[in-house]
Amino acid sequence: MYREDFEILKTGVIYFDNSATTLKPKCVVDATVDYYTKYTANAHRGDYDNSLKVDMLYEGVRDKVRDFIHAKSSKEIIFTSGTTDSLNRVVFGFMKNHLKAGDEVLLTQAEHASNILPWLELEKEIGIAVKYIPLENHQVIMNHVLDSITDKTKVISLAHVTNVLGDERPIREIGELCKEKGIYFVVDGAQSVPHRPVDVENFGIDFLAFSAHKMLGPTGVGVLYGKEELLEELHPTAVGGGMNASFSSDGSFEYKSLPSRLEAGTPNIAGVIAFGEALDYLMKIGMENIYQYECSLKRYFLSQLASIDHVTVYNKDIGGSIVTFNIDDVFSQDTAVYLNHYHICVRAGNHCAKILKEDLQVKNTCRVSFYIYNTKEEIDELIRVLKKSKDIFRIVL
Amino acid sequence: MDTLTRRNIMLENYQSPYHRGLVQNEDYLLFNTSNESCIDHLDIQYQVTDGIITDIRFDGEACAVSTSAASLMIKTFIGKNKEEALDILINYEKMLSGEAYDETMLKDLVVYEDIGKQPNRKRCAYLPFESLRKLLQKM
Repeated sequence: MYREDFEILKTGVIYFDNSATTLKPKCVVDATVDYYTKYTANAHRGDYDNSLKVDMLYEGVRDKVRDFIHAKSSKEIIFTSGTTDSLNRVVFGFMKNHLKAGDEVLLTQAEHASNILPWLELEKEIGIAVKYIPLENHQVIMNHVLDSITDKTKVISLAHVTNVLGDERPIREIGELCKEKGIYFVVDGAQSVPHRPVDVENFGIDFLAFSAHKMLGPTGVGVLYGKEELLEELHPTAVGGGMNASFSSDGSFEYKSLPSRLEAGTPNIAGVIAFGEALDYLMKIGMENIYQYECSLKRYFLSQLASIDHVTVYNKDIGGSIVTFNIDDVFSQDTAVYLNHYHICVRAGNHCAKILKEDLQVKNTCRVSFYIYNTKEEIDELIRVLKKSKDIFRIVL
Repeated sequence: MDTLTRRNIMLENYQSPYHRGLVQNEDYLLFNTSNESCIDHLDIQYQVTDGIITDIRFDGEACAVSTSAASLMIKTFIGKNKEEALDILINYEKMLSGEAYDETMLKDLVVYEDIGKQPNRKRCAYLPFESLRKLLQKM
């Protein structure tokens, strides 16, 4: 399905690294080119036709994002450079001014580097305490969340879906709990927003971060969603053009209101506009349909893998669209090099979740992650190649 | 050396690497060497006595190329003094960079000549040698 929209698939490549980034459909590429060839102008000016057009398209994408994640207002949507940027802004623009020494932040060992390192920096800087919710069978369960909360817990920051095993966290339940206990709830949506319906209001999310490039959009664009009253208190981590209302030589200055206040400098206009095309594309298919399709691919892949004795799967019992595995006694990178020989792209490594190995007891794995354009036929080819991997070193060395 | 022979030498050194396993001995200098792809991870220990590399050990988790290269490096450099080691290392670096080099000096290390032509694998073939460079700077 939809394969004809993806030019790169005509090269014969089998792309299974969608958790890292996705391919781009023609409409997204065309939108980028159109901006640069037909109506280039800066945003937020509106002094001439092209500038007005840019402004309307750019702000129109903000409305699309609002609808996509079911936010209350477009003021709650801030364009950033990606999930990492969004999470850094939450930590250094908001939490730094709202937390004090001794306050506890709950994470897990399965978080991506960008949801751990900012907190560790803040721990060093102002003395907050980073704690980890214990995992059960690598997953977050409500009992352990409850047990981990103390009087000092001020933040829970979790990936909705993890990037190594693809397990989904009970976000709505945790959101409710956070609301009840007055805990800020930060959600890393990089691996969930592209793959399933997300409703920030219904889930009780205070801050949500995600990236355009993992959902058919261009690189260099991300979103920070925050409840309006919280974003009002988020200090801009970058100041300058586009976000100030006035400033004068006596040292006084005033910033614009949301969302402009948090978007200093000329934004990634082409990227944001192209992201709007990606959102339209996904909404046309429907996020629930996408979720169901990916789950069916994973089920099919697992059923086929069951016939291969020399492959170990680490997340068989976990739903979603990620399969993490190793060929027995083969280093994951060698497997990736081997599959590359057959034009199959998978990711080898620790997937930027370096401390997960302490829980998983396996340092490096291969990861297959599906998206809308993957097919059972592609999976069949991967299975065929894995089956004959006894001769892997003839290919790799 | 033909492709099959090269592959067999690499495979043998990957599957039964020489001097794998570190020793608890404070006389040894320890270097950790990880490449930027964030996967390979090797610890390499050197014992230097009177200006001569008298022992090398390694451990860690890495791909077939890096692991076999560590094994072959160890076989090649034990017993060498600083000048001899530097000569071989420079030749090895030249080979990986596609420059003219002295084949006789490298012995079995020539098996990585072709791999040096693949940018993503060149790093793997050089990984253990990063630690050797650091050692020679200290010697």
